Amino acid sequence: MSDTIINTPAGTPFVEVTREFDATPAQLFKICTDPNLVAQWLGPRELEATVEKYDVRPGGTYRYIHKDDSGEYAFRGVFHTVEQDKLVIQTFEWEGAPGEVCLEKMTYEPTETGVRLHQQSVFPSVASRDQSIEYGMEHGIRESMDRLADLVAKEG
Amino acid sequence: MTVDEDQLDRAFTALGDPVRRAMIARLSRGPATVNELADPFPITKQAVSRHIQVLEAAGLITRTRDGQRRPCHLVPAALEALTSWIDTYRLDTERRFRRMDAVLTTMKEQEQ
Repeated sequence: MSDTIINTPAGTPFVEVTREFDATPAQLFKICTDPNLVAQWLGPRELEATVEKYDVRPGGTYRYIHKDDSGEYAFRGVFHTVEQDKLVIQTFEWEGAPGEVCLEKMTYEPTETGVRLHQQSVFPSVASRDQSIEYGMEHGIRESMDRLADLVAKEG
Repeated sequence: MTVDEDQLDRAFTALGDPVRRAMIARLSRGPATVNELADPFPITKQAVSRHIQVLEAAGLITRTRDGQRRPCHLVPAALEALTSWIDTYRLDTERRFRRMDAVLTTMKEQEQ
């Protein structure tokens, strides 16, 4: 296992995330493609995601929903390329921003001690990636405020 | 560290509005004029100016003069606090990966 590496190079529409897992490529691939197992880790924070469909095969589709206090967020896409234990290429779209479709490539690479997961997302534009980042930042501000409010409530 | 409570109140009130949060998010990428800040919102320029005044009073942004333009900037300290969004993103991603670790552990136990 190693630290998570996140790269968001300025002026590009890319987000890259790399992380090693203490497992075989087959084990990691299984928890990333079996709908019942995906539902156990995909949700925001400790909540489970509702996985409506997760049909991992070329041409198969997926759709899942996250719920929090501010509402429901649905995500969907199509699996383009699926190579067992090695590679998945898929589209990704948040239904709140229809048409802003990302292309995602996940590779499963064996290492001496486990497996390295590498995810590359390509947004349709630099602006679209930056907006997504800004949304994440807004969410971060909201979350920090919620945490502070909780803390104040406990201290008070 | 001493905290000016009034200042903190103003900052929190200022960030309690989605339009102002979006403006702060936009300014985290670089300075912008009132017109540029107004662009993504279906609200009047007057309303945008009021939001800017609230952010300015809260000490989150400043305005400089650049010829005819008066661009808004994030205050460096505010920027520092807010660019920690990447830490939030990192934290969310890492939490998801830890849940994947837990699912893997359970699966490996079942396989044995």
